[in-house]
Amino acid sequence: MTQQDRTQTADGHLEVEHAHHGPAKGIGRWLFTTNHKDIGSMYLLFSLTMFLVGGSMAMVIRAELFQPGLQLVEPNFFNQMTTMHGLVMIFGAVMPAFVGLANWMVPMMIGAPDMALPRMNNWSFWILPFAFALMLSSLFMPGGGPNFGWTFYAPLSTHYSPDSTGLFVFSIHIMGISSIMGAMNVIVTIWNLRAPGMTWMKLPLFCWTWLITAFLLIAVMPVLAGVATMVLTDKYFGTSFFAAAGGGDPVMFQHIFWFFGHPEVYIMILPSFGIISAILPTFCRKPLFGYSSMVYATASIAGLSFLVWAHHMFTVGMPVAAELFFMYCTMLISVPTGVKVFNWVATMWRGSLSFEVPMLFALAFIILFTIGGFSGLMLAMTPADFQYHDTYFVVAHFHYVLVTGAIFSVMAAVYYWLPKWTGHMFNERLAKWHFWCSLVSVNVLFFPMHFLGLAGMPRRIPDYALQFADINVLVSIGGFAFGLSQLIFVVVLVKCIRGGEPATAAVWEGSHGLEWTLPSPAPYHTFTTPPEIK
Amino acid sequence: MAHRKQAARLGLMALAMFGFGFALVPLYDVFCQITGLNGKTANRVAAGSVSQDLSRLITVEFVTYTATGLNGEFEPSVRRLQVHPGEMHQVDFTVTSHASEDRVMRAIPSVSPGLAANYLRKTECFCFQEQPIAGQSAAVMPMRFYVDQGLPDDIELFTLSYTLYDISEPVAKRG
Repeated sequence: MTQQDRTQTADGHLEVEHAHHGPAKGIGRWLFTTNHKDIGSMYLLFSLTMFLVGGSMAMVIRAELFQPGLQLVEPNFFNQMTTMHGLVMIFGAVMPAFVGLANWMVPMMIGAPDMALPRMNNWSFWILPFAFALMLSSLFMPGGGPNFGWTFYAPLSTHYSPDSTGLFVFSIHIMGISSIMGAMNVIVTIWNLRAPGMTWMKLPLFCWTWLITAFLLIAVMPVLAGVATMVLTDKYFGTSFFAAAGGGDPVMFQHIFWFFGHPEVYIMILPSFGIISAILPTFCRKPLFGYSSMVYATASIAGLSFLVWAHHMFTVGMPVAAELFFMYCTMLISVPTGVKVFNWVATMWRGSLSFEVPMLFALAFIILFTIGGFSGLMLAMTPADFQYHDTYFVVAHFHYVLVTGAIFSVMAAVYYWLPKWTGHMFNERLAKWHFWCSLVSVNVLFFPMHFLGLAGMPRRIPDYALQFADINVLVSIGGFAFGLSQLIFVVVLVKCIRGGEPATAAVWEGSHGLEWTLPSPAPYHTFTTPPEIK
Repeated sequence: MAHRKQAARLGLMALAMFGFGFALVPLYDVFCQITGLNGKTANRVAAGSVSQDLSRLITVEFVTYTATGLNGEFEPSVRRLQVHPGEMHQVDFTVTSHASEDRVMRAIPSVSPGLAANYLRKTECFCFQEQPIAGQSAAVMPMRFYVDQGLPDDIELFTLSYTLYDISEPVAKRG
């Protein structure tokens, strides 16, 4: 990739001027880089690594649950696996993937030469590997790693937690700082560096959704850092924020945590909405239907996300009035979300569709994310939630929105922009294999979980009653198949980075937007003179 | 530089939200106290009852727990009482410590359904206070209360639970 970077630039005259500005040689290029494309690539590679690490933990979970009874791992290790799987996937795979995409694409979409705060950009990436090294190392400490679930409810994380909890808290702090710095960078870049003529309502939707996500990050990541700090002081320094003996209240932990946790859910899905809104028009050969309503819908989802946190804790003992309030607010969110889904459907209406790999993932996203949204509506109903709470129904729900939602959208984005990044077309046949294997296995994996949950199988338990055995076998087989399918993804990526059919500047027939005016691969420096937008 | 200024502003926003996370702690307590949500009883001594409502009969149940690690027993003198709103009653709670050395304990109350908490008036209570209990001995802690006449009509029964914690170690650490 590096050789082409220096020979192809957007405008011929820049080539001479900036020839010495190519990437540095060796490891120093990656350690000290302030280039948004380098940092974006590092984020994406980090995210892929964490996806595979978190995925292997899921394989341990599914292997243990293949049969009833305890076969492979001890219950405490099982709990560490469920906890770490959640933490690694949320903070290591999904969030860095979105930050990586933002780094690569936001400057190229708005016609900026780089991110606004490049030095900070370097920092916000490089503290991440340290955070995860800390967190993963806690698995090897005496007493084991975090085993209290990714939600680290007190008193599980305070009174009953392993000695390594301090490492967990500090790694959460570092991840939080990293996300906040990344979010600040996105906001400042979009705010100040849009090319002349790019008014707010001409901003590509991926940038819009990321801008709103970035504000959510700045609003709630500090709250997570705060609640983690309270856990730290409760455990090690004798405070009683959550200890009833000292006058604290463990239920308060859940309130503060979910005040962070619910906006976090939208942090992990709003950028997906932007990605789908970028991909669909390309392969429908039609502009996006209802652009401005998409912007307003995104903003109202973000606003409402602060008013619904207690739907995660209906069973904790709240008065009926509060339960109704949170129930109605939660249901209200399906209105702007519905606006988005209908807009996508309307975009496809009478379009001339073609089904390249990014489009396949985008279509799968729309259908499967909507299934996740429907099960979310079922969970939002307070009386029904008393049955579903903490069962596999919840597991099915959030894996539909996070795996077939967030992760599928990231895969769609990677296939969509990969030729722009590497300058090569990927192997379409293999990529289609990846798609179809993933699509089938992911549904074998997660769909039957709905039934397990309705029948009463609790989540986060290493053993289960005999009547759940058959469905668990099916789910585990789906899990292994989905895990293996991702190896195809890795092969496609490696092959595409190393070579392949050269990609054109536009890459896709119906592509539109500033990033497609650049040659493929995108030169190391782009838009050093801002483009004119009419 | 415009970038720096805006980044600084966003950084301040993040700091403010970090503070807000901690501000949620007192806010939560105040909110629960005002609304009586969460079954938290008022942590203050109520004035005596003025009048009684003999037409209503409320069942009050008493439940006691000892927290993990507490070496002893904790029992109410009565588990169930029928009371008229406004009527004064006394229930004695007995702590029997099996520990060989002196311990400090504290009982934390909770009312269910939570909305009844605001109508339970305690004129004398041991709750929230640190109770020094000598080793191998028993202590009687009285609780005098009445039920406020404003108790919503749909509540005919509520439960007051006490969990007794051994807090000797944090107290010793505090010096």
